[in-house]
Amino acid sequence: MKNKSLVSINDINKKDFETILNLAEKFEANPTSKILENNVVATLFFEPSTRTRLSFESAASRLGAKIIGFTDAATSSVKKGETLKDTILTVSNYSDIIVMRHPKEGSARYASEVSPVPILNAGDGANQHPTQCLLDLYSIRKTQKKLDNLEVAFVGDLKYGRTVHSLVTALTNYNTTFHLVSPEELKLPSSVKRHIKEKNLVYHQYTELDEVIPKVDILYMTRIQQERFADPLEYERVKNAYILRNEMLEDSKKNLRVLHPLPRVNEITEDVDNNPKAYYFQQAQNGVYVRQALLATILGKNIKN
Amino acid sequence: MAQQDKRKELKVSAIENGTVIDHITAQSVFQVINILNLDNIPNQIMVGTNLESKKLGKKGVIKVSNKYFESEEINKIALVAPTATLIVIKDYTVVYKAKVEIPDHINKIAKCINPNCITNNERITTKFTVIDKEDLRLLCHYCEKVTKKENIKFL
Repeated sequence: MKNKSLVSINDINKKDFETILNLAEKFEANPTSKILENNVVATLFFEPSTRTRLSFESAASRLGAKIIGFTDAATSSVKKGETLKDTILTVSNYSDIIVMRHPKEGSARYASEVSPVPILNAGDGANQHPTQCLLDLYSIRKTQKKLDNLEVAFVGDLKYGRTVHSLVTALTNYNTTFHLVSPEELKLPSSVKRHIKEKNLVYHQYTELDEVIPKVDILYMTRIQQERFADPLEYERVKNAYILRNEMLEDSKKNLRVLHPLPRVNEITEDVDNNPKAYYFQQAQNGVYVRQALLATILGKNIKN
Repeated sequence: MAQQDKRKELKVSAIENGTVIDHITAQSVFQVINILNLDNIPNQIMVGTNLESKKLGKKGVIKVSNKYFESEEINKIALVAPTATLIVIKDYTVVYKAKVEIPDHINKIAKCINPNCITNNERITTKFTVIDKEDLRLLCHYCEKVTKKENIKFL
């Protein structure tokens, strides 16, 4: 992966996942290591995403890198009508790697084709967000001590949730059984199901959350957004159907962990937070280690031990 | 019988130089004219549709004088009329005859269905992988969304 862009989770294979996760483990044990002291990391956020940007900047800082960039297209030359290509070519003169978030799907792929320095995709519209996917894999492996043969439930907006699409695709490498819980309107798209079918894996679809919980090792919750519904009455009908409350976890497996890409609105009630099975805040913390691992790997720097 | 064969032969090679697109499904004839921009060229063109065909029931034929199609144009024909046969004629003689083939990759000619795709927002050449040739489905190289046959628009 050295000197290569990471645009889509489909660009890397199972072996790459393991390389990244193993290195992330080392950073978790020893988060500060100034191996990127002589590097400049650009973070170009063409749309704001405070959480992802801070996580990347934290990762880069802990590795000693200098950080340049912008946090919003409104404050950059994009507002003056500069093309994406021109922005990328210019910034590539100033940095060794470009971390970018952009509202248009495919923007990161395009940037990787014009950029002389590697591009690390931090989200392109509703398409890909590979670092989120890797931190999800890291969190699953860490809590379950394995990635193979797990029962994983995805709950909520499976149609538009890009983190769901990437993670489902990645998990097809690990003989996962999928439990897909969503309203009819927000079912997993066929383009993603295609990956499950190609590997001949088992998936079940549900519209009710309760029956799934006792069966699974991982409960991956997502937010259902009102703007996804053409009919506001439909939203009212389904919005409370996919809320996780603490008492619902009573009959769950001991090793069950609840994940959520955050931000959460109301789909997990606060009484779940103190349940040891709630893992979403640690999950976010894992993002820093995974991003450290990616920056180090792509820039070709290794840590001792 | 001999007479019939002769007439068939004449039908196909009735142009001196040019290209015949045969075995177009009848309902795709005008779409083929459209995507090849045939209504805007000065060449002599003969169009037949709803002709009897053993294979297709009803078929269409387009004969264009003094015109030889580029591979990109042939790819376009394959996408809208996958049953078509391309016949190249020089000096009344068939010099090339083959079924069109849907390629594995399609560049430039089609538009991505996704309005939020970067190719629909900046000046970028589109690129697709054909993931289903039977029931045509194109996977966008950039946004990774699938454009289905009924939604394909040509550039």
